[in-house]
Amino acid sequence: MSGAISVRDIRKSYGDLRAVDGVTFEVGHGEFFGILGPNGAGKTTTLEIIEGLREPDAGEVTVLGMRPWPRNPALLPRIGVQLQATSFFERLTVREQLRTFADLYRVPARRADEMLEVVGLTSSAATRTEKLSGGQAQRLSIACALVHRPDVLFLDEPTGALDPQARRNLWDLLRAIAAEGHTIVLTTHHMDEAETLCQRVAIMDHGKILQIGAPAALVRGLAHPVRISIESGLLGQDEARAIADGATVADDGVSLTFTTTEPAPVLTRLADHKALTGLQVAGASLEDVFLQLTGREYRA
Amino acid sequence: MTTSKLPAPPAQAEDVSPRTRGVNWQGFRSLSRAMFRGFVRDRAALFFTILFPVLFLLLFGSIYKSSSTPKINVVEVGRVSVLDQARAASRQLDKVLTITHTSSLAHALNDVRQANVDAAVQQQGGRLIVHYSIANPTTAGVVNSVFSGIVQAANQAASHRPAAYQLSAQQVEDKSVKPIQYLTPGLLGWAIASGGAFAAALTLVGWRKNKLLRRLRLAPVSTTSIVTARIAVSVAVAIVETFVFIAIATTPYFGLKLTAYWWMAIPVVICGTLAFLSIGLLVGALAKSQEAATALVNLIVLPMAFLGGAFIPLAFAPQWIVKVSYFMPLRYLVVGMQNVMARGDGPASALPAMGLLLGFAAVLTLIAVRVFRWDEI
Repeated sequence: MSGAISVRDIRKSYGDLRAVDGVTFEVGHGEFFGILGPNGAGKTTTLEIIEGLREPDAGEVTVLGMRPWPRNPALLPRIGVQLQATSFFERLTVREQLRTFADLYRVPARRADEMLEVVGLTSSAATRTEKLSGGQAQRLSIACALVHRPDVLFLDEPTGALDPQARRNLWDLLRAIAAEGHTIVLTTHHMDEAETLCQRVAIMDHGKILQIGAPAALVRGLAHPVRISIESGLLGQDEARAIADGATVADDGVSLTFTTTEPAPVLTRLADHKALTGLQVAGASLEDVFLQLTGREYRA
Repeated sequence: MTTSKLPAPPAQAEDVSPRTRGVNWQGFRSLSRAMFRGFVRDRAALFFTILFPVLFLLLFGSIYKSSSTPKINVVEVGRVSVLDQARAASRQLDKVLTITHTSSLAHALNDVRQANVDAAVQQQGGRLIVHYSIANPTTAGVVNSVFSGIVQAANQAASHRPAAYQLSAQQVEDKSVKPIQYLTPGLLGWAIASGGAFAAALTLVGWRKNKLLRRLRLAPVSTTSIVTARIAVSVAVAIVETFVFIAIATTPYFGLKLTAYWWMAIPVVICGTLAFLSIGLLVGALAKSQEAATALVNLIVLPMAFLGGAFIPLAFAPQWIVKVSYFMPLRYLVVGMQNVMARGDGPASALPAMGLLLGFAAVLTLIAVRVFRWDEI
């Protein structure tokens, strides 16, 4: 076996709803893998089947060469899980919480205190978990998932309800964890999160995987036009049309925007005219990939 | 934001996995500790499981204590020599009568009408006149018989002949049985019942709601460890409660006298805790929210407290309650404790009750396991 996780044609239905409808993918050792899709796409069910919380109706899953279902005590110490809700014991402090999880995994208390440091919660060690902010609670939740040094870490929408600053903090933490060689599988409905964190992304909708690949490769594969904008008024209409050379031009009074599939010549000519004030270049994003794949706008 | 390097992973993963086979004592201990801390830091839970029943004990203990020696308040109008002689002859009379004095008959009669006193008494030569109100028929009856007794005794003394008949009154039940001796096991039984049922139900629903249950399912700790930790904490709380109850009830004020095999109450308490934890387990498996679980536990435990001999001692309960009580697990907890704590029965007398409680716990746990869900759908 080469991969850390192997998922082959798993299916799961709830009544008439096909929550997971034939999903297949592999995750390599040390890879940061994302499952991306709108709410209700089947991401969480897929993740729960891989973790061993649910039995698939059909298909096969192996994690580190072992089957997660039925509950596999040999596998459990080697995986770490962070569920969507922050699942804590009531009325314990941050340190007590983490030490309890350390005990469950028979890991020394010292290791729990190290993890507090890693997730930046040492100063809140004596705070009751009920009083933590959303970002702090998520970081504690990740610390609980990591306290026993699992080979594979599962994160289910870790930045779900966080404000932008807390999200960025958490991204830094996740990058640091990934750099340590843990295999990470993350679900998210944020396109930017998948793009910035994951080495490979599976885009999911209606229980099926639409496409898998590195975010940049998926975007490039679109041959989506690039939008180049500069401040309005730097160039006359005729000059702009000359520079455009086949690209479409639009001026809304604030920005002058070129839309083209070949941005390089346009940028060179703009530089020649010294007309780069307020320059913005917007390529396609995973949202455009989603639009292309499903024919509809991405809505989280 | 700390992005410091994670400590290097040691080659620990190998020697961790084989140890998942045996019993995870470390996990059991930490779960027990977490649950215990969660309990003692929950003021509402502490109040309702420990303090509230203790307040009931103090309240009912005091009420029944005073009502067990009812006294008749009598106001003496002017000088009543018959009464004074009777009191001098028998000290018993002062245990029944509380006597005050007045010179105004009008005032005294008014006090009787207002129910400030139970009777006014005056003497006119050889006539003893007792004024009473029929508002409370029981008191009126007691007043009449007490004073006719006094008059007869006075007549007999005036005749200077020895009495032909003597009355010797004896209490039928064991002289040591006081209300506190059935109040203590009754209220303690109720406290243990609601404490156990609430603990199991609220833990189960709460942990399912915040997904801790699923998180624990993915940790190398068995369901047995989780359940035994819950049992251990609840049993510990119940035993502490038992000693608090005994400590209060045995103070001279309440005057509980423990009988020889009182310590047999502890195994009964343990079996009772298991029985009511199993009720909580079933409620927790069925209920979708903590509010629903609370309502359901109250619906089960509160009527049982009235019908199972906890609030109404079965000795004084109507026959239909006594019949119904045989179907209430609380009855066996209360009666089991009562027999060994207060009635002075031997240690073996608690065994049938313990057996029934354990059997009940086993059946309900089996049902609970059948309807149990790890997560909400």
